[in-house]
Amino acid sequence: MPKDHGIGASPTRREDVRFLTGRGKYTDDIALQGQTYAVFARSQVANGVIKSIDTSEAEKMPGVLAVFTGEDFVDVGGNPAGWQINSRDGEPMKEPKRPVLAHGKVRHVGDAYAAVIAETEEQARDAAEAIVAEIDEQPAVVDMAAALKDGAPLVHDEIETNQCFDWGWIEDNRAATDEAIKNAPHVTTLELVNNRLVPNAMEPRASTADYDPGTGDYTLYTTSQNPHLTRLLISAFVLGIPENKLKVVAPDVGGGFGSKIYHYGEEALVLAAAKKIGRPVRWTASRSESFLTDAHGRDHVTKIELACEKDGTFIAFRTETMANVGAYLSNFSTATPTFLHGTLMAGNYAVPNVYVNVKAVFTNTAPVDAYRGAGRPEATYSLERVIDMAARELGIDPLEIRRKNFVQPDQFPFTSAAGLEYDTGDYGALVDKLEEMIDRKGFEARRKESEKNGKLRGLGVNTYIEACGIAPSNLVGVLGSRVGLYDAATVRVNATGNIAVMVGAHSHGQGHETAFPQVVADMLGIDENSVEIVHGDTSKIPFGMGTYGSRSLAVCGSAVVRATEKVINKGKKIAAHMLEASEADIEFTDGQFSVAGTDKSVGFGDVALKAYIPHDFPLEEVEPGLEETAFYDPANFTYPAGAYACEVEVDPETGKVTIERFAAADDFGNVINPMIVSGQVHGGLAQGIGQALLENTTYDADGQLISASYMDYAMPRADDVPFYSVDHSCQTPCTHNPLGVKGCGEAGAIGSPPSVVNAVIDALQSGGHTNVTHIDMPLTPSRVWSAMNS
Amino acid sequence: MYAFDIERPTRIADAVKLLSDSSESQPLGGGQTLIPTLKQRLAMPERLVSLTAIPEMQGVCKSDAGELCIGGATTHATVAAEAGDYPALAALAANIGDPAVRNRGTIGGSLANNDPSACYPAAALGSGATIITNAREIAADDYFQGMFTTALDEGEIITEVRFPVPEAANYQKFDQPASRFALTGVFVARFADGVRVAITGASEEGVFRWSEAEEALSKDFSADAIAGLSLSGDGMISDLHGSGDYRAHLAKVLTGRAVSAAG
Repeated sequence: MPKDHGIGASPTRREDVRFLTGRGKYTDDIALQGQTYAVFARSQVANGVIKSIDTSEAEKMPGVLAVFTGEDFVDVGGNPAGWQINSRDGEPMKEPKRPVLAHGKVRHVGDAYAAVIAETEEQARDAAEAIVAEIDEQPAVVDMAAALKDGAPLVHDEIETNQCFDWGWIEDNRAATDEAIKNAPHVTTLELVNNRLVPNAMEPRASTADYDPGTGDYTLYTTSQNPHLTRLLISAFVLGIPENKLKVVAPDVGGGFGSKIYHYGEEALVLAAAKKIGRPVRWTASRSESFLTDAHGRDHVTKIELACEKDGTFIAFRTETMANVGAYLSNFSTATPTFLHGTLMAGNYAVPNVYVNVKAVFTNTAPVDAYRGAGRPEATYSLERVIDMAARELGIDPLEIRRKNFVQPDQFPFTSAAGLEYDTGDYGALVDKLEEMIDRKGFEARRKESEKNGKLRGLGVNTYIEACGIAPSNLVGVLGSRVGLYDAATVRVNATGNIAVMVGAHSHGQGHETAFPQVVADMLGIDENSVEIVHGDTSKIPFGMGTYGSRSLAVCGSAVVRATEKVINKGKKIAAHMLEASEADIEFTDGQFSVAGTDKSVGFGDVALKAYIPHDFPLEEVEPGLEETAFYDPANFTYPAGAYACEVEVDPETGKVTIERFAAADDFGNVINPMIVSGQVHGGLAQGIGQALLENTTYDADGQLISASYMDYAMPRADDVPFYSVDHSCQTPCTHNPLGVKGCGEAGAIGSPPSVVNAVIDALQSGGHTNVTHIDMPLTPSRVWSAMNS
Repeated sequence: MYAFDIERPTRIADAVKLLSDSSESQPLGGGQTLIPTLKQRLAMPERLVSLTAIPEMQGVCKSDAGELCIGGATTHATVAAEAGDYPALAALAANIGDPAVRNRGTIGGSLANNDPSACYPAAALGSGATIITNAREIAADDYFQGMFTTALDEGEIITEVRFPVPEAANYQKFDQPASRFALTGVFVARFADGVRVAITGASEEGVFRWSEAEEALSKDFSADAIAGLSLSGDGMISDLHGSGDYRAHLAKVLTGRAVSAAG
């Protein structure tokens, strides 16, 4: 029987009532008295020296209140990188300053060099067009290999190179891995591109700043996944506004996928402008600005080698990757290709040798940072493509070669050759489930049917493991993180027994407002509808680190559990007094505090009331009120894993790929709301399929973004994706967090691209195109056709 | 968007007059190209003259000669619903864009714009339609003059498009994955006196007729009849969605499929 409430039940998402009826309240919906509008003047060239900026005409235009250029921000700080990476030789990474507005040079198309504040958006736009900027265009670097060559144009002259760092993981394993590959009976080598993606949140970025001259208080309403982090960056690094004078509010946010983790210059600009003119200032990105300036995702060029025995036993994985960081270091751009990528390069496998080399490269393109999956999709894609290729070369079934090399259930906890300690898992069970879900036995018959219709049919499989719930602060600190990665929650029980939970996580599509109450209600034995979630406002919530990396439930949910436990413990003290019993004898079950071995009990609501109306209360032993806060710092990452399969048809005449079946068997540990989990997987799969088949971010040699609108950038639509078969019944609960949960937000996007590509290669091979062993994503009809006819 | 005035005349003569009053006036059909252009501030007309409030430019009917007559301001949705006498044309209209596009976009707007990847130019050229304007009648063969270029004069508006109805016809569209315009589209129509084949989305010169295929198909209306033919990729559009060679190949594949589907 499925549960109808609490942990494990699937109540519909309460937030959807407002989202689906158009009643969500987003940053751009917030209208402040007297608000003004900011419009940015942005570079049309990818690399240029700013000779002069003449704002005199713009300042005289109707409605214009202020004009800013980079000159106005030379004395404030840069937007910093949040993670320091050291190169193999011990040198720290290069960290050129990322200013609020470009100064001296523009470094990518869309780089803002000036901003206008005016009474209306149209007036601001008119004035922005009247700014005369003399920008001396320089040759641009777009291609990473070219950027690393001697004599290449420099993105940042002051660092004298385009290489941000040259990182090795694990450097001590390098020689052994090289040796193992040299002596291996079989080595499969694959060169591939992990294509750059534009995040495309439905809601564009927006920021509205308000300044109160009476108090000196600033308020920033902004599209953020982590308002406290944004406040910290603005306060401690960029503008120096004291944290106690800056409130950051992230109201309803229409999707982030990583791109709204980061602090952007527009946020600092509207704050500075609001103070200067003494009125609120609003900026909302156009879709074109989103394409040009949101932090993009992925963009790796990789060579991976798999060394194995003739029987398919893995001996070593060696990876060399160039990772594009774009023109400036976005906040987590240095962590993504390193510790979120290199550490996963052992996959689900008990392989003895792993070595990863990553060179991060500056180019005259938009900054690149974490995007749904962040590093783990890149790792999974490289591994699962090269494994598939090796299986084909060795004539081994693609699932069998994986099974043969899996970390076995009795090996956990298992320290991988890439240095992570996997706490728990059962990868064989996932593959068994997958085979059942896709009806593998029936595949040959389906293939024949397709061939009768002139189509090629292919089946692609892969597994994945990811690390999420990032992570123990002491570990990430050692690895270079400049922030802690705990989270926090306050459980406030009201006098009448209902509850507000203030969480550090931020919901922008994840369903926290439904799932967190399920946890609290289950623990307290109360109706989940009497639990409300408060998030997104630094003046209301404890200092949390926000939502990304599939961390909300594993990290913040654990803080919620800890705070709720504290509430129960305090409730026991109050109940002991009410029941005239010893605290040690009080038990709490199903919302009742009772004296063990007796029929004496008091309900949770009565205890809450007593806490706030303490007429008869043991004030010498316990304080009034019932509100508790917990900060939770996990002991390890969590390790969701899965096995995915994709079945495609390829039209050999046109190269068009159609996904016929897609199955995803995931192990997320315990599941709080299975419906929300399925929804998260569905969304992730759509993004992974989008990357595999459709999304083609293309800069030309001059650094112009060719795919800068939906006329050329293909997002997955409903008819591009199949009816998914998803399952999360294989559960090996996380061993180190109180809920035993792992995280499901990114899995679909991490796990799906390789199975799609593997399926297409399988289809083409079956059609006699035996020379086609790899095609780079996205597998557009034109690329597939070209591969078949090359 | 820059500020502009807008007029919504209800008679063709008034529209023509408004357009000739000022060289800064621009006609507005369904706005599916012009409005996005304005929103991006890539055009700054002083005045737009909307053509969608003119009753005589609306709707689908049949002439005494059996031709299908479609008012220039008729939306794609209306053509899809009411051009049942010419099923291939109705099907083409039903597959342009999405419902929002089909309920605003007009046949006259599409033909006047002559986007090299639009669907209607293939139907008009493939059917040998006649483009009727406020001033004259133009045969489709004379009308399309290259990418975004037509025989229309400044201020001249398409009031009606007249389609002869073929014995058999079919349109095959291969979607560009992002825009879902035709990466390549082929309209094949078989008339008593011969076959016409019009290809959109492929050529740098816009929609064109594939005369070798027409000749072969006029003799033998079967996909096999074009098996030995091929189009050159030279002069075909080459972009991030496909090379010229790919488009040339698609044109042949789609021609065969259109012939098979037309039956």
